Amino acid sequence: MKTVKKSKTKLEKAHISLRVNGESVEVAFAPHKTLLEVLREDMGLTGTKHGCELGECGCCAVLVDGQPVLSCLVLGLAVEGREVATIEGMADGTSLHPLQQTFAELGAAQCGYCTPGFLLTAKVLIEKDAKPTREEIKEALAGNICRCTGYIKIYEAVELAAARMRGEQAEPAEESIYGRQ
Amino acid sequence: MAGSNGSKRKSLKVIGKPFHKVDVKAKCTGEALYADDLTLPRMLHCKLLRSSVPHARIVKIDTSRAEAYPGVKYVLVGKDLPTSFGALPVSEDEHALCIEKVRFVGDPVAAVAAIDEDTATEALDLIDVEYEPLPTITSMQEAYDVSDPRIHEYGEDGNIHRKQVYEFGSVEAGFAAADYVREDITFYEGSTHLALEQHASLAHYSHDNKLTLWSSTQDMHYLHRHLAQVLQIPTNKIRVIATPCGGGFGGKCDPFNHEIVVSKLAMILRRPVKICLTREEVFYCHRGRHPVLMATKTGFKKDGSITAMHHRTILDGGAYGGHGVASTFYTGILQTTTYQLPNYKFEAVRVFTNKAPCGPKRGHGTPQPRWAQEIQMDRIAEQCGLDPADMRWQQAVLPGHVTANWIKIGTFALREAIEKVVEGSGWKKKFRKLPYGKGIGIACSAYMCGTQTPIYWNKMPQSGVQLKLDRSGMVTIFCGSAEIGQGSDSILAYCVAEVLGIDPFDTKVVTGDTDLTPVDIGSYSSRVTLMTGNAAIQAAERAREFLRQAVAEKLQVPGERLVFADRRVFDSENPEKGMTFIEAVWLAESKFGTLGTVGSYTPPAAPGKFKGATIGPSPAFSCTAAIAEVDVNPETGIVTVERMWIAHDIGQAINPVLVIGQVEGDVYMGLGEALMEDMAYRGNRNVVMKNPSFLEYKSPTTMEMCDVVTYLVGEPEPNAPFGAKEAGQGPQLPVPPAIANAIYDAVGVRIDEIPITPDKVLKAIKLKAKGLEGRVGPTVFPTCPMPEAVIVPTPYDGGDGKALEDKAALTKK
Repeated sequence: MKTVKKSKTKLEKAHISLRVNGESVEVAFAPHKTLLEVLREDMGLTGTKHGCELGECGCCAVLVDGQPVLSCLVLGLAVEGREVATIEGMADGTSLHPLQQTFAELGAAQCGYCTPGFLLTAKVLIEKDAKPTREEIKEALAGNICRCTGYIKIYEAVELAAARMRGEQAEPAEESIYGRQ
Repeated sequence: MAGSNGSKRKSLKVIGKPFHKVDVKAKCTGEALYADDLTLPRMLHCKLLRSSVPHARIVKIDTSRAEAYPGVKYVLVGKDLPTSFGALPVSEDEHALCIEKVRFVGDPVAAVAAIDEDTATEALDLIDVEYEPLPTITSMQEAYDVSDPRIHEYGEDGNIHRKQVYEFGSVEAGFAAADYVREDITFYEGSTHLALEQHASLAHYSHDNKLTLWSSTQDMHYLHRHLAQVLQIPTNKIRVIATPCGGGFGGKCDPFNHEIVVSKLAMILRRPVKICLTREEVFYCHRGRHPVLMATKTGFKKDGSITAMHHRTILDGGAYGGHGVASTFYTGILQTTTYQLPNYKFEAVRVFTNKAPCGPKRGHGTPQPRWAQEIQMDRIAEQCGLDPADMRWQQAVLPGHVTANWIKIGTFALREAIEKVVEGSGWKKKFRKLPYGKGIGIACSAYMCGTQTPIYWNKMPQSGVQLKLDRSGMVTIFCGSAEIGQGSDSILAYCVAEVLGIDPFDTKVVTGDTDLTPVDIGSYSSRVTLMTGNAAIQAAERAREFLRQAVAEKLQVPGERLVFADRRVFDSENPEKGMTFIEAVWLAESKFGTLGTVGSYTPPAAPGKFKGATIGPSPAFSCTAAIAEVDVNPETGIVTVERMWIAHDIGQAINPVLVIGQVEGDVYMGLGEALMEDMAYRGNRNVVMKNPSFLEYKSPTTMEMCDVVTYLVGEPEPNAPFGAKEAGQGPQLPVPPAIANAIYDAVGVRIDEIPITPDKVLKAIKLKAKGLEGRVGPTVFPTCPMPEAVIVPTPYDGGDGKALEDKAALTKK
């Protein structure tokens, strides 16, 4: 059998330092890898999902320096020294983030696959705007696709979490839970 | 009474309450592990080489360059897996890797296992495949016209996979009795599931010769059988684990090439092998909505009552059989379940074309005929000068009905559903009264809760549940069902908790593992809540009997007086006298030894006795009414759905918030199919998919999704667990026709083909402005020779559920 040489020599691994979910970490990875791949494959943070790896579905959204980015479109090398937040760091110790709680209450996560991307994107929205309108929520989440929920329960969960974060004693609307009478 | 469905039976502690799903925290924190999240030591990665041509003989495959590529461990080709398979026993026409020919662009021909994904991908380029191109079959018409070459060497003839003709009663007599007869030709384009999770599988073959496959599958049990068949190893040497499924919608029902391939590679290499398809590959796997052309001829009286329907369908099946024979039945067999229909004839043809294979997508074969029927009902109402909502109410099937084709309907609150959406939407003030460009439309539907028979014939239960109770107080529920996001794991916990008087979170649910869990045949056909729920209730009631006997003896209280509630077992006449649930378990474990029970569910027999009568009947039918309000821009043709009012007969919601989530998801998916989703192929005989990506395949984002007002109606269904019927599929069915009917109300044009894109709306508006018929849609229905109908007298003709034997015998000749 004839031997075949690799068409290209593998580049040496890149080595970077960054902060992930509030902790300083170092990681080495093949330099062409995306942030998505580095998180999932080199750091074991599989909570970040992928649905297209082309920047079209929003599943892989994470926060870099507090801003939502599509991790499939960012090179791992680009986050040297940056602060990355993933779904695994969203709960505060034993307390779920209010959004995680309201997504659970309202069934806003069905198959759950798009959920991490929605949660992180919504978190940024309600940090910026404590009382977003339904239209503002739709706009903020327009880059995240969900095929299960029809988005409605997601909007309601974001509104409920925002209300609670404003200190209100908010509960889901009867209609959201039982339907209109 | 209606509406507050959840509180209908106040004695229930768990059922009807908005408990969290048992798996939702894991899904909101990144803890849930989907198939591609799994890794094993020494794991290899697999990639598939897919055909670049739509129809060709494989002359030669040379894998030597790929095999020699550093990092490549094995290259698998078709002859390594010579046994064919397919979702249905009647069409086992697939190979894990193509052997002699390829049938569509994307058909897998070889597989590489390598040390990483990049290496495997690079090695694909080093596999040399020589193809001898064959003429392609691109459309229904071509499949009728071209009998050589055949895509498959089986089927009816040429490129026709399947024909079926049934006549229930006499449509000629029905048409003769009608005041009017009209025929409408309509088309429903194919669309795909587009689950967010790309299919992924991980196989491991241990040194004691046991295969384990983790896979994102809806139908683990069938996959288990197919693996045994193709890999030629016994089922007891195979363990299939259904990982949390990141969206299914029918797209993960078929046994897939990649699942078999990684299993085989793991067996050969004795190393774990994983594959995750790219989004583009998921489009090639497809198995989504069949494009269906329909001709629906209906006779009716001036009062809107229907005297007969002759419904013809042609399905573009794509390159393989898959579930297609069942899909073919479903393009007609449930047409009788919404309105009174005394005479019904149904003819269907499924053809093979060189495109990605079609199969089951949410609603499996029924959204298309519902579309045809419901836009025709709108026309019938107009022709009769009747309000289409009133006419539907008048014609609605009533509870306990037996249809012309011998389908027994149980509880059925369609009239109540229509009343709810008519009232809620302000229909009477809006219909035909809104300004130009604004419109409102109604449609209805009914859907089954599981099928009477499983995919392969057997007399065993469709669903099994085992319970383990022990001194820890934990109740572990084992069931072979696959959680695909619909909440099936939670349904088990709710049902068991209700029966045993505990909290759902006092249970542990173990599902989707063929080594551990009793068989459930899968997450399809809207069967899971009804069947696993009934099995779970039976197992829990048996467990409760053990506890009851032990506690009754201890407390010296008659067993029938004991109540199980609030984590206690107590005397109903003296509630202070009792004990905690865990104390009851200790007593029972002391008295009876190790505690375990089982439950199972087999659907009741259907009244029809003719061949094919088992497809369509179901233990229960849900029904839905939907009203859409739309804005149509007459300058651009852009349709905006502003709001849907939708009332669904759920029977009794086990968890109303989950039911509403399903209904809203149904509206969403129906809206996408109505307005934009389109499995589009390039013409010119290339048969290449145009849009295999999230960007190019249009689906609704938050910006397109409409507001939804949901009503839950109905009465508990006796055949269903706590009375709960399905919600996962039925509510999608009326959505596209409601939108189409609303567009007609808005701008007076009929778009008789899905998707209703702006260009079609604009074209119809322009035609109308020129004084022509304001309609866009198919005008021709191709025909081919059809066999004699299987003629079955209806229940109203004094039939006994059997076909007329002489006619049936003729058909076979």
